[in-house]
Amino acid sequence: MAAINTTEATARVPSGRMRRQRVEDLVFRSTTRAFAVGVLSLLGAVLVALAIGAGPAVRAFGFGFLASQAWNPVKDVFGALPAVYGTLVTSLVAMILAVPVALGIAVFLTELCPPMMRRPIGILIELLAAIPSIIYGIWGLFVLAPVLQVTVQPFLIATLGAVPGLGLLFAGPPLGLGILTAGFILAVMILPFIAAVTRDVFMTVPAMLRESAYGVGATTSEVVRDIVLPYTRVGIVGGAMLGLGRALGETMAVTFVIGNAHRIQASLLAPGTTISATLANEFTEAVGDLYTSSLIELGLILFVITFVVLAAAKLMLMRIEERAAK
Amino acid sequence: MTVYARRRATNAVILMLSLLATASGLVILFLILWSLLKNGVPALSTDLFAKTTPPPGSNGGLINAIYGSVMMTVCATLAGTPIGVLTGTFLAEYGRGSRLAPVVRFVNDILLSAPSIVIGLFVYQVMVVPMGHFSAWAGSAALAIIVIPVVVRTTEDMLTLVPVGLREAAIALGAPQWKVVIKVIYRAALQGMLTGVMLAIARIAGETAPLLFTALNNQFWSSNMNAPMANLPVVIFQFALSPYADWQRLAWGGALLITFTILVLNIIARLLVSWSSFSR
Repeated sequence: MAAINTTEATARVPSGRMRRQRVEDLVFRSTTRAFAVGVLSLLGAVLVALAIGAGPAVRAFGFGFLASQAWNPVKDVFGALPAVYGTLVTSLVAMILAVPVALGIAVFLTELCPPMMRRPIGILIELLAAIPSIIYGIWGLFVLAPVLQVTVQPFLIATLGAVPGLGLLFAGPPLGLGILTAGFILAVMILPFIAAVTRDVFMTVPAMLRESAYGVGATTSEVVRDIVLPYTRVGIVGGAMLGLGRALGETMAVTFVIGNAHRIQASLLAPGTTISATLANEFTEAVGDLYTSSLIELGLILFVITFVVLAAAKLMLMRIEERAAK
Repeated sequence: MTVYARRRATNAVILMLSLLATASGLVILFLILWSLLKNGVPALSTDLFAKTTPPPGSNGGLINAIYGSVMMTVCATLAGTPIGVLTGTFLAEYGRGSRLAPVVRFVNDILLSAPSIVIGLFVYQVMVVPMGHFSAWAGSAALAIIVIPVVVRTTEDMLTLVPVGLREAAIALGAPQWKVVIKVIYRAALQGMLTGVMLAIARIAGETAPLLFTALNNQFWSSNMNAPMANLPVVIFQFALSPYADWQRLAWGGALLITFTILVLNIIARLLVSWSSFSR
């Protein structure tokens, strides 16, 4: 549109100053556009750079890389399965712990909290997201893990550990460090993201719907269950996926508490590893091209997984935004 | 029990649980801050700001790490902010009706949450490998990539909050659009945009993962941006996982420093938003 204006203006032979301003406008617009394209291509550049770096590992191991449990720097044999498994399981544990609590916080902030306290409490919860990953790591290692080791973990072993089947998840000694502790820390870290999105989508419920429900005598919990939750379902799933995307790629906190073992064990109390923790621990010490390349391929796998999860989250949240805009 | 009493009881239980959920979030926040104060305050001393990172068993501080963190954060912010602001400007001012804008917005939101360790790997591939060595420049570049999406997002949000009337008034006076943007809209949205920059600084001040493979670490004082440089997050990582009590103490001191810097930045950023003329 603007381009047509420019040619029209030249045709009418405007004054010199006018013409200069048109050129300046064009330059400014093109500059902002160029940077926007730059941000766009950043994503592609990351993918390409990682794919090139992963090349040697892809050629050496092929698709077997994804299914192999081997991790032997001495023999130069590597497989992604333990790290991928650890990444998925810790994130799953985090989601199971964080989503209900985040829903509770959102219900509290939108339905129960006195309006004056909404902002301060909301900000405090959001500050949880501001604390850097490394602080969660050092706190998890020195404060949380020893407490879990003597309280929660023995309790879980004594109760759930005795249940047939389910007991496999809670077998073994209470080490303090391991998949469960990592999942717990991750849950705290993604809690503010899920809670903030959930609160925001709760706010998009039209007041009319809410008030009608109260008008026919529904209690607050009934309004939440029968009006708010059905109306915002897509948004909540989107918020949870956003949290999942964060959990999958979280590095430092997990590196401190996961125990760093390249093994797949059924027990959640056992040490494990994640893609990000493996990278943080081993990348700078990796000797040999194949070792480095395998680590970069792990990074590529992580990037692709998080990309898919975050893109799905974004699409879901866009749907609810569109509806709110109507 | 009547139906009514049962419904009321369910309601009370659900609301109690939601209260409990909020309380648990707040309790964890205070527990973390409390541990930081308890373990970090004893480590605060003039040595912390005067001496460099020590070998285990001897006295030292974190000054080289503090310097490195400040340098890399400043460089990353200086490099990332203009890119973010211009991209945000494109999205807010020229994005309507363009097919490029929604795609950029979508990709930007993904970059916003992308794992920072992957950004570190990327910079390792494109800077560290060709240059042949780790460097503070590479660390700054990795942090800048993390700054960009934060600034893009807040810039776009803040520019769209500027009332249309203000634009129309400026255009009616005959100002070309670039002048409208720079002299009127930027000025009106300045506080909001500053907020974005502060949030971005808060975000990168504690980032560890992208620095591991880029800036690495340095035991000694170094102000050479073209060489590995100490920085607080990586020093905390190394010292906290070490078996030496005095290193662990320094790690807590550094953790306290970083966290309170970030909390202060966050709080100032929020105050700026509530003072800004067009806040939501």
